[in-house]
Amino acid sequence: MFSNPDLLHFIFGRLSFDSLPFHEPILVVTFAAVVLGGIVVLGALTYFKLWGYLWREWITSIDHKKIGIMYIILALIMLLRGFADALMMRAQQAVSFGDAQGFLPPHHYDQIFTAHGVIMIFFVAMPLVTGLMNFVVPLQIGARDVSFPFLNNFSFWMTACGAALVMVSLFIGEFAKTGWLAFPPLSDIVFSPDVGVDYYIWSLQIAGVGTLLSGVNLIVTIVKMRAPGMSMMKMPVFTWTALCTNVLIVASFPVLTAVLVLLGLDRYVGTNFFTNDLGGNPMMYVNLIWIWGHPEVYILILPAFGVFSEVVSTFCRKRLFGYSSMVYATIVITILSYLVWLHHFFTMGSGASVNAFFGITTMIISIPTGAKIFNWLFTMYKGRIKFDVPMLWTLGFMITFVIGGMTGVMLAVPPADFVLHNSLFLIAHFHNVIIGGVVFGMFAGITYWFPKAFGFKLDAFWGKMSFFFWFVGFYFAFMPLYVLGLMGVTRRLSHFDDPSLQIWFVIAAFGAVLIACGIGSFILSIVTAVLKRDQLRDETGDPWGGRTLEWSTSSPPPQYNFAFTPVVHDLDAWADMKKRGFVRPTSGFMPIHMPKNTGAGFILAAISLILGFGLVWHIWWLVAVSFIALLGTAIAHTFNYNRDYHIPVEEVVATEDERTALLASQKA
Amino acid sequence: MVVCENNFQKLTKYNRMLSKLARGVAIASVVTLLAGCNLVVMDPSGDIASQQADLIVVSTILMLLIIVPVMALVVFFAWKYRQSNKDAEYDPEWHHSTKLEIVIWSAPLAIIIALGAITWVSTHTLDPYRPLDRIDAERPLAKDHEPMVVEVVSLDWKWLFFYPEQGIATVNELAVPIDTPIRFKITSSGVMNTFYVPAMAGMIYSMAGMETQLNAVMNEEGVYDGFSANYSGEGFSHMRFKLHTLSDEGFADWAAKVKSEGSDLSRSAYMELEKPSIDEPVRYYGDVDSDLYAAILNMCVDQSKMCMNEMMAIDENGGGGLAGIYNVMSLTYDTPRERGSQFLPSSKSYVATLCTAPTGGLSQQISSIPLFENGMADDRFSPVPESASIGF
Repeated sequence: MFSNPDLLHFIFGRLSFDSLPFHEPILVVTFAAVVLGGIVVLGALTYFKLWGYLWREWITSIDHKKIGIMYIILALIMLLRGFADALMMRAQQAVSFGDAQGFLPPHHYDQIFTAHGVIMIFFVAMPLVTGLMNFVVPLQIGARDVSFPFLNNFSFWMTACGAALVMVSLFIGEFAKTGWLAFPPLSDIVFSPDVGVDYYIWSLQIAGVGTLLSGVNLIVTIVKMRAPGMSMMKMPVFTWTALCTNVLIVASFPVLTAVLVLLGLDRYVGTNFFTNDLGGNPMMYVNLIWIWGHPEVYILILPAFGVFSEVVSTFCRKRLFGYSSMVYATIVITILSYLVWLHHFFTMGSGASVNAFFGITTMIISIPTGAKIFNWLFTMYKGRIKFDVPMLWTLGFMITFVIGGMTGVMLAVPPADFVLHNSLFLIAHFHNVIIGGVVFGMFAGITYWFPKAFGFKLDAFWGKMSFFFWFVGFYFAFMPLYVLGLMGVTRRLSHFDDPSLQIWFVIAAFGAVLIACGIGSFILSIVTAVLKRDQLRDETGDPWGGRTLEWSTSSPPPQYNFAFTPVVHDLDAWADMKKRGFVRPTSGFMPIHMPKNTGAGFILAAISLILGFGLVWHIWWLVAVSFIALLGTAIAHTFNYNRDYHIPVEEVVATEDERTALLASQKA
Repeated sequence: MVVCENNFQKLTKYNRMLSKLARGVAIASVVTLLAGCNLVVMDPSGDIASQQADLIVVSTILMLLIIVPVMALVVFFAWKYRQSNKDAEYDPEWHHSTKLEIVIWSAPLAIIIALGAITWVSTHTLDPYRPLDRIDAERPLAKDHEPMVVEVVSLDWKWLFFYPEQGIATVNELAVPIDTPIRFKITSSGVMNTFYVPAMAGMIYSMAGMETQLNAVMNEEGVYDGFSANYSGEGFSHMRFKLHTLSDEGFADWAAKVKSEGSDLSRSAYMELEKPSIDEPVRYYGDVDSDLYAAILNMCVDQSKMCMNEMMAIDENGGGGLAGIYNVMSLTYDTPRERGSQFLPSSKSYVATLCTAPTGGLSQQISSIPLFENGMADDRFSPVPESASIGF
């Protein structure tokens, strides 16, 4: 059999023993560690008989809260991978000077910076944002779940399987060596004949399905499922930002899907959309991908803005200053984010008027963003500020983000961009806004809503350590890059000739180590919180003195979130209810209609993963089989009429009575 | 450069010695550390880059007008309204002030109006396509001056410079006379790069089959770094060259040296040079095929390929109709030069297969298209001989 190359090629496509990276010691060690860790985890699951629990309670769950938590777990796992890439880049750049070539050859280094970008944006920032929205939005609007609970489960597993395909590329074959946006002609089959770009295309396509569907789901949820009385201008700011973000997702992700389809056609069937030959035009790809790419930036930052708005009013114990200007600022940013994409390639030869137009629209975005900063600032004014961990992240954000905003406006001036484009100054800028904005925001959000999700707070000491390591580490890691950018150093270099640059890279590497301590401290804050959960327990359901509806139910909320749908009279509904002396109803419960768990989402996504793998390696029989299986499963699922059930009234009464007793015991 | 390291040692020493005073000293040290380093973007040697650096400074100052008060207020409010300060006023219902709203929307607006005006003007005056109107702030140029032309080609992974007026070409070394306006015409042999000399002017992309332009001038003699600033593959880190700026006599001497020492750059020599290579040494060419740059730009150095401008001429005249599909084959330029890999698709791709002409009929088919009657100016394109057809 092994003597027949045609048969082997039929069975394995272009996959062969040579595709396994035995020659890369770093990967072999990583692989061994992953295998060992995997065996330990799988063994533990079997030993403690947790498979059934995992399948019933998590994998097939359509509960928006559990799906939100799973998104965030996925993001934190991928953060470790993406950050390991960052550490390797920083280490390589800190040592690779003159005759020293460092420990990463270009072949490996180029994959690492590509993987770092792809993972951090698509599989860390996006799941963090989506996870937080999934968990918080239905609770904030007084709903029992999202509009399409099955779709929600399916979306999550598609995202997770996209991430899994990227992880597979680590050990089977290789990842793209093109940069995180895979510009042609470099990503065309002519210049990147390997599997890397195919892994890139299919992992993003699979995850993209999940992102798009989850966007649709959350828009419908917010538009249709708000509690009675909650008009649009009484929605919590986080829900507003979630709405705008999902509008952006639904409007922009199809562009990404389309552009990757075109690139895939160029690579798989020999079309010429983006090739140099035959009238293809790579500039078209650059335009299309940035028409998705710029709104993507706001998809990430808007929910973070929402988190800061919730946190700042809660911890200043004061109404948010300028609610309506906050909402309008968010909407203006949403619209403007579509009018600025060209600022990513001023240097591609557009005329001066085009460049100036896009430069100025970019600057205009800083006006609503500036207004938001002022609103948070004046929320602090005449407040009583408690410096809990979420508030620390918020203050760190306000200081850090304005610097990133300033350098962003500098980059928006086209003649200045001509000297700063693609430089380390640019790298410093977008890490400044993404770490200082999105990451700080997501950590603030996780710390803020963690007690709601699990019934106990995160450990404050390690939370503070995490903040200070991240905050200081950020400045050490990225301020040197601003300087290096002004010294004319460009991005994605794996080797330098000029030894005078080295000291700056060493400082940056030190900063990366501090950030590593920050990530470690965050994990420790979870671990210590689990160990000390009895001291950190929140029995009121409202540990911070919150203002929005999610704090009116228990921590963690029952499966049905609210026994009675709350009625909203004013902004900050829960603060309003507390002020008016709201009495929690203790009788008159009814059975509650809820959706039923289903494994279909997981199975569909798993088949998609296999389909993607077959496409990457040209294993056409596997592609055919899995595609048919995908269609078959999807059709079969439509015949599953057993989709909902009623929580019996006794169960509701028992749950609510337990909470009544708990609340009474606290008062006593 | 040594100053840099010394200052850094100073910085770490201070930190060790004085923990309390360290912060102030550290800031001072960072300032000296910066002052000692070569911030070439902020202190360039060409007039265009100087104006770009000025813009960076002006926009920074304009924004600091609002950034500094905001940062100060964040710290001040956080401190003043801390929970333990019971003297501070507490007003949990205060959430609106029309006056304040007007200020917080109009203050950024005012700054953006100022910056927007600067942007509109400077983007036009510093447009890389625009002929220069001055050598530096004191020396204006006549409107009808003729700039010196340098043609730039990015290859995997080296730079090729043509000097059409001198009839020479170089690899990985660029030399220009000072105070002379130069027009760079830029293209690429395959993937995208950017042509960037931070000391001279901003960068611009090089793209295959297209030409971008950069007008710039150097004002000081010296040796400067140039490189690609857009990632282009394995050899990207080494895709660097030196720019020598010379006096007029120095430049003439340099050109004469290239002319006498250099070898020939014919089409076949270029096809050899074009193959991917990393860390290529400097090369001189004294005898250069005068059509070569145009052929590179139109992706037809290989003479069996149709040039892009010829294709465009045909299209402009209504195209070749159904028969024109046979032309497609002579247009693929990249495919036969694929970068080596174990995964090379060995068979024909779909479009190529479609376009494979039946042997025998090709020349008759093509000659039936009324190309040359329809304004084909260039006779470099001729029907492919039957024996040489089907090159896939």
